[in-house]
Amino acid sequence: MNKQHNKAKKFGMVIDLDKCTGCGACMVACMAENNVPFKADETNKLDSITWLRVYKLTNGKSFPNADFCYLPRPCMHCEGSHGHSPCVSVCPATATDYSHETGIVSQIYTRCFGCRYCMAACPYHARYFNWWDPVWPEGMEKYLNPNVSVRMRGIVEKCSFCYHRYQLAMEKAYYEGRREIEEQEYQTACTQACPAGAIVFGDLDNPEHAVHELKKNPNAFRLLERLGTNPKVYYISSREWVRQAGDNYLRQEGKSEKN
Amino acid sequence: MSKPVDHKKEVLGDGSGGFAILFFLLGLVASLIVGWVVYPKLLYSQKNQPVDFNHALHIDLVDEGCESCHFFREDGTYSGVPKLAQCIGCHEEVQGETKDEAIFVEQYVKQGREVPWLIYAKQPDCVFFSHVAHVKAGGMDCVTCHGHIGESASLKVYEENRITGYSRDIWGKNISGLKTNTWDRMKMDDCSECHEEKGVNATSVQTGKGACFVCHK
Repeated sequence: MNKQHNKAKKFGMVIDLDKCTGCGACMVACMAENNVPFKADETNKLDSITWLRVYKLTNGKSFPNADFCYLPRPCMHCEGSHGHSPCVSVCPATATDYSHETGIVSQIYTRCFGCRYCMAACPYHARYFNWWDPVWPEGMEKYLNPNVSVRMRGIVEKCSFCYHRYQLAMEKAYYEGRREIEEQEYQTACTQACPAGAIVFGDLDNPEHAVHELKKNPNAFRLLERLGTNPKVYYISSREWVRQAGDNYLRQEGKSEKN
Repeated sequence: MSKPVDHKKEVLGDGSGGFAILFFLLGLVASLIVGWVVYPKLLYSQKNQPVDFNHALHIDLVDEGCESCHFFREDGTYSGVPKLAQCIGCHEEVQGETKDEAIFVEQYVKQGREVPWLIYAKQPDCVFFSHVAHVKAGGMDCVTCHGHIGESASLKVYEENRITGYSRDIWGKNISGLKTNTWDRMKMDDCSECHEEKGVNATSVQTGKGACFVCHK
């Protein structure tokens, strides 16, 4: 039997906030793709589940200087230092893990016992707790994605960068005698759903992938970079106030000063 | 003073102590029988497959062994248990003289109804098992996990765990969880045993072994 060692990858995203119109197509695609449960009343955002959430940022100024920006927030799949992302470090159940092969932070629902330590550790609010068992409107069970397992009450879930799509892409590659996949063979649901093309997904370490160049954009930044979480989701914005909003800056702090 | 007391104790100990030991042993034997014989019988329900398929008979007639019927699709996914479409090529009409084939043709082929096969190796929802990764990329044979089912003349009884709903093949026939062959059980431990040995995707930060997102979804 051959040893199965695939080349290490670092899947990540670059989201152009100047292109994002806040339409929410990515959120819808994500919910449908990943069997994310919902309730009849979703007004209380503290107990609703959105793996990918679009936030609205405003610069807080009045007309004519008022400006706003939409910011889609998936799981950042933080690398931290050598894969010790905040959530992975605290999980007492080994239910969440960082893989050096893909750079994806996994969440194993059958392993999680719902202590929610990871939710406390995550600075991005990317993790959600299932307060109830999912209830699908009648007939909708038939539309669930068979490649993603549904979660039960009492466990934590989060964005997986549509990992099941990677699994399926690898199956096709193996069938064709390959060990590597093309950029377009593995794309997340939100990336494909975005009508503005604001989300770009790929291997950050692969020079052939678009994200490799995009992340070097001088206007590229990551959320709460100063915490050292080393996230793999990059944002691009030409607007200074948006870039500033991505991290905690003091009011008097120099504009160009960054850690 | 002490002598008569000791004597009394001895007498008392002899009588009831022997009885207690006997009672304990009887209880132990009874519990062991309940635990090892009665409970497994209660735990698993037994179902017969709708049609008793003869693997041995078919394997001689096909060219590509197991893959003739259990094939890979072009996108790399695995077809698993054959659908009626694969059988209909030969079985449009009754070919042989067996009762099972007659039932199969009458009740399923003629009526265009899929056979509700019971899948012995069915894994839970959270498991992503890639046949192609094991067979094509890993170069493994079917027997390693499925045993010599290809040489069997009839299908075994499908046993379903009444509590979990899983097939007995997952835990294995041996209730104590011991195995002698690689195909005796299909639990996570059995997957990870081989993965660990071969060093498959040992990329986990938490454990240094195989990452969870190799087989889970």
